[in-house]
Amino acid sequence: MTLDPVLLSRLQWAWVIAWHILLPAFTVGLASYIAVLEGLYFLTGRESWFRISGFWTRIFAVSFGMGVVSGIIMPFQFGTNWSRFTDATADVISPLLSYEGLMAFFLEASFLGVLLFGRRLVPTWAHFFAAVMVAFGTLLSSFWILATNSWMQTPQGYKIVDGRFEPVDWTAIIFNPSFPYRLLHNVTAFYITTAFVVMGVGAWLLRRERAADDARTMMRMALDLLILLVPLQMFLGDQHGLNTLEYQPAKLAAIEGRYETAQPAPLTLFGIPDDAGGTMRAAIEIPRLGSLVLTHSWDGAIKGLKEWPADQRPPVGPPFFAFRVMVGIACIMLLIVVAGQVLRLRGRLWGSVWFLRLCQLAAPLGFIAVIAGWITTEVGRQPWTVYGVLRTADSVSPSLTGANVAWSLAFYVVVYLIMFPTGIAFMAGLVRRGPQQPELESPVDQIESGRPHEPFETAARATLQV
Amino acid sequence: MVLDLVPLWTILLGLAVFYYVVFDGFDLGVGMLYGLVRGDAARATVMNSIAPVWDGNETWLIFGGLGLLTAFPLAFAIIIPAVYFPILMMLLALVFRGVAFEFRFKHPALRRLWDCAFCGGSLVATFAQGVVLGTFIQGFKVDGRQFAGTSFDWLAPFPLVIGLALIFGYALLGACWLILKTEGQLQDWARRAAGISLIAVLAAIAGVSIWTPLVHPDIAQRWFRWPNIAFLSPVPIVTALIALAEWEALRRRHELTPFLGAIALFLMSFVGIAISLWPMIVPYRYTLWQAASSASTQAFLLIGTLFLLPVILMYTAWSYWVFRGKARGIAGYH
Repeated sequence: MTLDPVLLSRLQWAWVIAWHILLPAFTVGLASYIAVLEGLYFLTGRESWFRISGFWTRIFAVSFGMGVVSGIIMPFQFGTNWSRFTDATADVISPLLSYEGLMAFFLEASFLGVLLFGRRLVPTWAHFFAAVMVAFGTLLSSFWILATNSWMQTPQGYKIVDGRFEPVDWTAIIFNPSFPYRLLHNVTAFYITTAFVVMGVGAWLLRRERAADDARTMMRMALDLLILLVPLQMFLGDQHGLNTLEYQPAKLAAIEGRYETAQPAPLTLFGIPDDAGGTMRAAIEIPRLGSLVLTHSWDGAIKGLKEWPADQRPPVGPPFFAFRVMVGIACIMLLIVVAGQVLRLRGRLWGSVWFLRLCQLAAPLGFIAVIAGWITTEVGRQPWTVYGVLRTADSVSPSLTGANVAWSLAFYVVVYLIMFPTGIAFMAGLVRRGPQQPELESPVDQIESGRPHEPFETAARATLQV
Repeated sequence: MVLDLVPLWTILLGLAVFYYVVFDGFDLGVGMLYGLVRGDAARATVMNSIAPVWDGNETWLIFGGLGLLTAFPLAFAIIIPAVYFPILMMLLALVFRGVAFEFRFKHPALRRLWDCAFCGGSLVATFAQGVVLGTFIQGFKVDGRQFAGTSFDWLAPFPLVIGLALIFGYALLGACWLILKTEGQLQDWARRAAGISLIAVLAAIAGVSIWTPLVHPDIAQRWFRWPNIAFLSPVPIVTALIALAEWEALRRRHELTPFLGAIALFLMSFVGIAISLWPMIVPYRYTLWQAASSASTQAFLLIGTLFLLPVILMYTAWSYWVFRGKARGIAGYH
């Protein structure tokens, strides 16, 4: 078997971005949560908000640092492995990518320092303001990177000159048809991911009777947010799916595992896709439900993959299974959240050891759902990098051999398998220490991101004197 | 009529690259020297001298990369695949270095291991950046709009020598930074390290200045043809004067001047390369204008850059101001 530089480059991209996306999936939600906690502390002056905020800010610092480090890798991938894609599309998407970097940089340079080190050194309102700006910055970064990704899925606002994309209308480029759906679906997913982590950590602390009051507050807040967001996310996901049906019907056919066009179409719950044979083996189907879900009518038609030439079809396996993982997790999440609210109404939430255990187990669910959703949408886009216009096979750097990419991929795998487990272990250590009274915080706690706390106190004092 | 933004983006990108080279250069240099410093207290001081600023410096690499991608995408698409492995080495080394920096504070048991990762990461990242620069000056095999060479074209004498030279260059910047930020024995040690690095750097500058025109007749023409030689002769003369001043400043135990002198030496080398290659961005093949993105693309990013860049620069200047003065060891730390 020869090594295929295109396939290996795709694997390398998948590897570096799958790890990277875990961090924004957590930090976007966490930044907003910290801003809410700081706001509550500013309004009420209750020490509890201050303790919880401090606890999560320490964890935020580690994950944000890892996000920056793994983020430096990303823009260079466009050049090293995807130079033909870069040459063709840079005029349109590179400013969006640059804005993402600039915003992240701007936020880090300006407000993260105050948030991390200025706790007792700037007034409460200023600390709250810094938290809001950090949260705003993470949302702006999401905005730009998802605009870029959405344009690759549903490109518009460009013209092609000599085989290259030229910008015509920036508003059309940014607000392309799939962007609003993708942005809302992703940001909601990030919030849900964070809320499940907060709830799981709260449950863990509660079971060990550590900082029990704070742990109960965390769980209450997470449950209140989730009872709104999980159903909302199911609605947004449905809308996003309808948008895909309209603009990327081949992707939708792959998600549905549908090779033959059908009217009315059943819903395939499970099956073994066979791309070569063009059939779904051992399929378990519910009649008419596919039409109902996707066309919102009893006898709507769903196009099958055979409507497209073989070289324009995405592979069915990854989007088909990943989509079912994502939807399955959404259902589990809904059950957990409803169960939690019912227990709470009956006043039995804090004593239900089985439920607290369940919350702990559910803490990583959001991350799995984010990765599954991302596989669904990205593999479903194949065989294109810019949907319907530029092929993945025509995007890769021409100078690369399979062996080149095999080596680089091996290096990325080794380094990431050292870096990420170490980082996660550090965050777990911070969780184990739990929320602490401000006066119990040792100065060592304040050394995050490699910055010694004392100069930062000096810095913050200097700010106050200005 | 559309305004030509290429000159402005050339200046912005040139400044970003120069800023990155000087600022991440000194903290990569400090990272390499860290491996040679003996004693826990001295090591802590060395680490503290860059602790507040190193990650800010490193983010300028993203800035430079994205700036090149947006303003001159053709150059990005040709140059980056040509230096596939040096870029890989640099990125992984920077990741290791960053993670090591964070974790050595939190994991005293494994501190020696993280120390090695920090020092080794700095060394590999520096060497890789030098190789990228060397490959850039060496030029690229281009077919149409794509790099047509192999992923090992950088494995040639010239890029490797530039890689070694940059190790001494960053070590000079790092040693001069330590002279500025430390006192006593450690400062004396840094002064000796700066002296050794300076000699190596001057040898490298002289060597490259002879080697490049010999290999590239166009560059020889540019420098030695009349009347250019009259306009351009100040460049080597000024460089030589700066080198003398730098030597004197080290000998007379100045504290700030050596660092400024080292920056000036980098500036002169930068100017020298710019004169040799102007107006090429993909050397000997594509000019800045040919590689530029559309005016609309350049304008779109410029709006945000002109708004955000001054704020970022002011914040950076302020944080350097706050951390001015001598760095201290463990005593000042906890």
